[in-house]
Amino acid sequence: MESRWSEGGSSTSSIIIEKSMIKYMSDEKETKISALVVDDDAIIRKIHKTMLERLFNMEAETVKDGKEAVDLHLSGANFDIIFMDKEMPIMDGHEATKHLRAMGVKSMIVGITTRGDDKDKEEFLAAGSNHCFEKPLDRAKVQQVLQEHENFSI
Amino acid sequence: MYGVSQLQRQLAEYTSSLFEEGFLDDQFNQLQQLQDESNPEFVVEVVTLFFEDTERLLNELAKALGQESIDFKRVDAHVRQLKGSSSSIGAQRVQKVCIAFRNYCEEKNVEGCLKSLQEIKQECSLVKSKFETLFKMEQQLYAAGGRLPGSE
Repeated sequence: MESRWSEGGSSTSSIIIEKSMIKYMSDEKETKISALVVDDDAIIRKIHKTMLERLFNMEAETVKDGKEAVDLHLSGANFDIIFMDKEMPIMDGHEATKHLRAMGVKSMIVGITTRGDDKDKEEFLAAGSNHCFEKPLDRAKVQQVLQEHENFSI
Repeated sequence: MYGVSQLQRQLAEYTSSLFEEGFLDDQFNQLQQLQDESNPEFVVEVVTLFFEDTERLLNELAKALGQESIDFKRVDAHVRQLKGSSSSIGAQRVQKVCIAFRNYCEEKNVEGCLKSLQEIKQECSLVKSKFETLFKMEQQLYAAGGRLPGSE
């Protein structure tokens, strides 16, 4: 794909730009969905990152608690989708979600809990997340999120 | 020495048995799908990480439950972590004990918690030896020139 959009580009390029929610992209790079995995468990971070990159061709970064996620955004980073664990030390998922929304972050936020009950889900949604799933995050759940992402607009 | 097809059959049968006995669930399949030639040790790496982490968590749990005044929130936090990681690798039986353990924490049921801790230790030890056998079979298959079913 030629990146002629900077020269005022073809109609195909401008359609791709409209559909793309990524704030930063390099010239010749294929447009990928960017994801942030926020979880205090190193095993979960490794699995989720690999799954998002390998099965869904996303670019995934990871951090280990809500505060790191907030700090990353304060330093100017932005992501299409944030996969946010609920219970983490220092700053938990729903607190981080509230902060991010208050900062004006419009990314899709997917809450991930370890309990099946509705209380965690309601808390997460009330904090401003778009979805809430119980662990583990699997292929079907990510596909569900991506389907919505197609229609998700900032 | 076994031929490749015999080794493949043996591996497939053993893997099936682990699913039938509830040691593993579909999440393990998903994990295997993430392994490829650019990432050939992925499953072994993740499972190894899991057992290292589990050892640490089990020690923390024993310590926490050995206190005079038990901090159930702290106990629950450890179990929650174990539940999350066990569910992510497909270690279904470990995950199930974690669910029961968390309920005991909520009820502040010391006896229940201690019982659950013993059960978790048992289940972790069991699934660890199952994984060791599984990985050994995979190694034998590779050594004989075979490949895992479904891999390129």
